[in-house]
Amino acid sequence: MEINTILQTLMFGILIGALYGLAALGLSLVFGVLKILNVAHGELLMIGGYTSFLAFDRLGVDPYASLLIVLPVLFIIGIAMHLGLFSRIVRFDEEDRIKNSLLIGFGLTLILQQLATRAFTADERSITTNYSTTSWEFMDLRFPLVRFSGLFIGIVVVIALQWFLHKTYWGKAIRATAEDWRTAALAGIDIRKMYLFTFALGASLAGLAGMLVTLQGSVSPNIGLMWTLKALIVVVLAGLGNMPGTFLAGILLGLAESGSALAFGGEYRELVGIVIFLIVLSFRPQGLFGDSHV
Amino acid sequence: MFNWKNGSLLVVLVGFIVLPFLPFGGKDNLTLLISLFLLASMASSWNILGGYVGHINLGHGAFFGIGSLVTRALWLEYELPILIALAAGALVAAIAALIVGAPALRLRGTYFAIGTLALAEAMRLTVGNVLPRVSRLPGPALRSYDIVPRYYLALAVLAVIVIFTLWLNRSKLGLGMMAVREDEEAARSIGVNVFLHSILAFVMSAFFAGLAGGAFAYFHVGYYPNYTFGPIWTFDAVIIAYVGGVGTPFGPLIGAIFFVLVRDILSANLVNVHLIIFGIVFILIVLLLPGGFTELIDRIRQYVMPDTEPDTGT
Repeated sequence: MEINTILQTLMFGILIGALYGLAALGLSLVFGVLKILNVAHGELLMIGGYTSFLAFDRLGVDPYASLLIVLPVLFIIGIAMHLGLFSRIVRFDEEDRIKNSLLIGFGLTLILQQLATRAFTADERSITTNYSTTSWEFMDLRFPLVRFSGLFIGIVVVIALQWFLHKTYWGKAIRATAEDWRTAALAGIDIRKMYLFTFALGASLAGLAGMLVTLQGSVSPNIGLMWTLKALIVVVLAGLGNMPGTFLAGILLGLAESGSALAFGGEYRELVGIVIFLIVLSFRPQGLFGDSHV
Repeated sequence: MFNWKNGSLLVVLVGFIVLPFLPFGGKDNLTLLISLFLLASMASSWNILGGYVGHINLGHGAFFGIGSLVTRALWLEYELPILIALAAGALVAAIAALIVGAPALRLRGTYFAIGTLALAEAMRLTVGNVLPRVSRLPGPALRSYDIVPRYYLALAVLAVIVIFTLWLNRSKLGLGMMAVREDEEAARSIGVNVFLHSILAFVMSAFFAGLAGGAFAYFHVGYYPNYTFGPIWTFDAVIIAYVGGVGTPFGPLIGAIFFVLVRDILSANLVNVHLIIFGIVFILIVLLLPGGFTELIDRIRQYVMPDTEPDTGT
């Protein structure tokens, strides 16, 4: 095999891995702070994809500019979802909370998937702009613009999140809530507000990833499960709460997948991530990087 | 030991046994009932681990898949009698659960759920890669295809699972499992072996899912082998068990009847609307009525006849 093919495949692995990392950021944040596992996270990503598709298709909005629509829409959906469903279970003790959130997310998955099928049919939709095929050539390697934008946006988002969580009052309050909500409440932090904001922020992050997925590939009603699974794999690899670690774990997963595609052929690329995940899970239930706190 | 409940159960069973000889026992109705029996079997078998021990297994479909794969291969390729092939399929599913169970059950709550989900996906992908072609009944078997024995097999599988669950519900083993579900530490302190109860439930649950998979392999004319490993078998089972009443012997049956009725009534004009309705009912039950329809029926009965004991299904 030519060295160029190998380099090109690994580079695409990094670029798809950036999307895995982005998809996992919101899930990790919500899991770490609220101690609930929203398995409908992939469906939020799917909704984000459709929102930006609609903005492009009906209104002619550029996909990157459509983030100005996608992020608020998903933020509001997140607020509605939290107030209507998840806020009812955050008072439970940790085990019941996770179990019930899993079940609620599960029901949501069904509903959202079917609603999307009814609204948009089961066809794959994608966004094709006049720069969709633009790419740079460098030393015989191809660098497609829209794929690189995912990596770039991912890095910007991680830096922004890191700044927000460590340097602002709200960020610190969210981290305090994740650490120990009772003590945080005693210190005068409005726990319910932090939960609500974190959940909505997580939904917005899923929407951002959804826009990039639709721009780089396509969106269809049933992509949710696959993206939830990818995000879960990344979260377990990274451990909870470490944003740069989560993003990096996403890139590692992408690299591992493309590496296995090179070694064993494309049909096994999906499998390698799951196998790594199961191995990590059986040895270290708390993940590779970081501890169990945000 | 005879009581009214077992008596009425016997009447229902006899009713299903004579059904193919009755005027409305046509092919369409039998096919619908087979689907009902399979879904009820999957929900009931999931209930053994998910309901009685409280471990949410999101990879239950994998055991259905193993059962169907092994049964189909032994029955069609090695031409063994279907009952032997069926038993072997269920046994392999149980052995798989035994192997997977030891590491998987070390995982706490959510990690067990997502670990089993990932495991089932890995198996589905592998089977899809190794066996990419449709598994069809060969010509002679297709020409002599008769729905009635398929119907009886599916009915028998469900009957076995229900009778087993009824026994479990009042056995020491079942009580131990429920103790683990309610409070692991407390169960341990009164001498219940938590791991043993969990893995036994996992193995039995997988065994019965394997039986259901075998019945599916006998019933279905042609399908992709990885279809039986799909998440749909797990998800339907979980939802049916919860809607009907998790941790009770009859809950999954009630849930399956409701599921098939809603699906059949609605699918005539609208595609898959039953899943939206079911998703909503499911969420409402998780939030407001953790005991499912079984609890609802009990509450209504208590309201109508206040002096009866709450029914735990025994």
